[in-house]
Amino acid sequence: MTKSHITATINGDVREFLCEPGDTLLQSLRDELGLTGTKEGCGSGDCGACSVTVNGRLVCSCLVLAVEVDGAEVGTVEGIGEPDKLHVIQQKFLEHAALQCGICTPGLIVSTKALLEENPSPTEEEARYYLAGNLCRCTGYDKIIKAVMDAAETMRGTA
Amino acid sequence: MSEAQDYKHIGQRTIRPDGYDKVTGRANYAADLALPGMIWAKVLRSPHAHARIVSIDISKVEALPDVMAVATHADIPNQADPGAINILAKEKALYHGHAIAGVAAKTETAAEAALALIEVNYEVLPPIMSIEDAMADGAALIHENLITKGMAEQPTSPSNVSSRMEMNKGDMTAGFAEADVIVEREYRTPTVHQGYIEPHACTVRFDEDGQSMIWCSTQGHFGVRASTAGLLNLEQSKLKVIASEIGGGFGGKTVVYLEPLALILSKKSGRPVKIQMDRDEVFKASGPGSATRIKVKIGAKKDGAITAMEAHLYYESGAFPGAAPLGPGCMTIFTPYDVPNQYVEGFDVVVNKAKVAAYRAPGAPQSEYACEMLINELADELGIDPIDFRLQNAAKEDTQTLYGPKLKAVGLVECLEAAKNSAQYKSALEKNQGRGVAAGFWFNIGGVSSVIINMNEDGTGTILEGSPDIGGSRASMQMMAAEELQMPTDTFTAIIPDTAHIAHSDTTGGSRTTFATGMAVVEAAADIVTQFKERAAAVWNVTPEQVEWKDGIAINTSGDGEMTAAEICAAAGRTGGQITGLGNINARGAGPSFAVHIADIEVDTDTGKSDVIRYTAIQDAGKAIHPGYVEGQYQGGAAQGIGWALNEEYIFNKDGLMENPGFLDYRIPLASDLPMIEAIIVEVPNSFHPFGVRGVGETGIIPPLAACGTAVSQAIGIRMSELPLSPPRVLKAILEA
Repeated sequence: MTKSHITATINGDVREFLCEPGDTLLQSLRDELGLTGTKEGCGSGDCGACSVTVNGRLVCSCLVLAVEVDGAEVGTVEGIGEPDKLHVIQQKFLEHAALQCGICTPGLIVSTKALLEENPSPTEEEARYYLAGNLCRCTGYDKIIKAVMDAAETMRGTA
Repeated sequence: MSEAQDYKHIGQRTIRPDGYDKVTGRANYAADLALPGMIWAKVLRSPHAHARIVSIDISKVEALPDVMAVATHADIPNQADPGAINILAKEKALYHGHAIAGVAAKTETAAEAALALIEVNYEVLPPIMSIEDAMADGAALIHENLITKGMAEQPTSPSNVSSRMEMNKGDMTAGFAEADVIVEREYRTPTVHQGYIEPHACTVRFDEDGQSMIWCSTQGHFGVRASTAGLLNLEQSKLKVIASEIGGGFGGKTVVYLEPLALILSKKSGRPVKIQMDRDEVFKASGPGSATRIKVKIGAKKDGAITAMEAHLYYESGAFPGAAPLGPGCMTIFTPYDVPNQYVEGFDVVVNKAKVAAYRAPGAPQSEYACEMLINELADELGIDPIDFRLQNAAKEDTQTLYGPKLKAVGLVECLEAAKNSAQYKSALEKNQGRGVAAGFWFNIGGVSSVIINMNEDGTGTILEGSPDIGGSRASMQMMAAEELQMPTDTFTAIIPDTAHIAHSDTTGGSRTTFATGMAVVEAAADIVTQFKERAAAVWNVTPEQVEWKDGIAINTSGDGEMTAAEICAAAGRTGGQITGLGNINARGAGPSFAVHIADIEVDTDTGKSDVIRYTAIQDAGKAIHPGYVEGQYQGGAAQGIGWALNEEYIFNKDGLMENPGFLDYRIPLASDLPMIEAIIVEVPNSFHPFGVRGVGETGIIPPLAACGTAVSQAIGIRMSELPLSPPRVLKAILEA
């Protein structure tokens, strides 16, 4: 099977990789590009652990073919925050104990960032519905929602 | 010791040390490791729920250029190991998804494609999918030689019932004779899954002359070592298991599925091997929680005194005899009640489903669901508030349990009082809304924990502990070490080394880690205090008794002189070598943690959909080391229990095939399904723990089932008894009423 050569901007860096026609973006991120922060929970778009942005749009990377991102801009959890400074959302997740096992956390960080870019002042209900595609089995979402609302408030204050 | 002490470090909401890696994506989980030369494996699984395996032909697969190794049951070195037939099926496929063969190939795609070329000849047998089917006269036998254990007279013919147990205290006849009101009902709960978001996965490397290694996600890497070494006839010293970060477990990651197979394929191929389950494999072929059928009968006097409690419990074990958590189910069912006359009888029943595994307080959510539903019904019959009814009959210190010991100091009464005083309990309900209250009891366990604290030359300490951390326990260990050593929490870094670098520790389960491993940390820290005093004494030429350790500083009480930990550690080479604290213990005295939950639910009577509109979870933590993560356990347990009560179930078709092996159709609660969950921490210290800790992880999943069940029943005015209370079931009940 002939592999495709893909060039994409990933977290601001131009990256090239090869993929088979059936490979998902999730597989290429994890297995070809070494970006294992994006997690696989279901492979069917139901859990959100593999959430990334493609050209600014929030997607499940298990439902996107790798060949589709040729020329696109892809954002993963590894691109959020600075090497010496966490993003406000990351910091609030830590402060609110909004993670337990942490496997859903990268997807939630990516989705929360997308939420707050679209809607800097979500209500609790809006946050809950926006994040409904990100399953968390450990926390019951209480502390996640508190972290998201606090991050939103902090980001509005510092914007 | 644990009475209302002022603590400096424990009880704080510190940032967990592993949190940084988890919010940035750096943390490495089971599927995140790749090794040079690594190949991929996939598992061929049974398409039938019950079938005899007539033959397996792997010749076509072995001939494929990309295929590096193939394994079937015959390749398991220790055929006598009872775990072998769940790694790869032998004579029969016992459930839909039972592993039949493994294939390792150069790519994952090639491994997947190769599975189709394995030719398996099955003789399909009738599937046994329920307790009724299994126990029916003339039922097909899952195991031809299974004789029920625990019967008064041992049966002579085989059946699908693997064991029976009973427990008794008091006089049941007299107890029910004293009662003014007797209620009796049968309850059912479905097969459910822990639903951890991280699928099982491992990367392994077999090394014939050195040390083989397994990298995997597990609640207990020593258990993985023992099981895998046993199946492969390896000495434990020749197998190193590295516990990756673990993406949820809830009891489901206490057993091996992939690791032995991966190691066999690695041995055959001479290459490192990686396997990861797809989500549908996780649902079909890891260990779900037991489905049950439970009959309960309770009698009480008009004044509210319960006189007798009786239950008959049937637990599905999957296709493997004795796997059901029947014992804990029977032992916990009546423990919240100080009632003299109690009787339980329980049965472990085999069905053609995956082998049941532990699921958070294994066995207790099902049995206590049945009891708590009927307690609420009885409170209604008597016209007594359900919290007052429980308070009147509540278990407390010195209550004789049905299963043996008398309770020590426990916090059930305190939890009930907190529930009664909660804002939610005082609030009013509206139309189509109902409120349910339920209690929960779980033993918690102690067990073997091994801890080493290595003091570094700069005075910082590295805590090595053998307990995989799922919910933030590394933070707790650092805080407990800091408290004992009276040094800042960030002086310590807790890590979980592989099985070669710390002695055996029992699995992270039974809510034991912060309790038992915490005790080991305190013991290791106390060992360091002793050595700090000895080392400072040697420098000052005094006796260790003349040295005081206070606020992280050694003080010479018979002269001038102070030394910080950093100074003692820097001088350690000159005073006898490096300083290491040891805490290898078998912790006794795990205190039970009682909980009381309140659920308010609104039912849409047009669709049967139930929405939890308000929820309060109250539980005794003994002492909350990190309150944020204790609340998180309560809230997470509540959410999981709400899912169990309202939506989650395995759906099988008539052939015994699972029809909903994915998160779309096995729907766990989403953020949009739940309200904020009020968590209230009650602290009745456990006298066995230096800081009063009780395990908190499991109890919280017990009360939601009956709290939600009662709330829905009240909202629609119909007593519901079978879970889940999914929209179709609730709507049907409304339409038939």
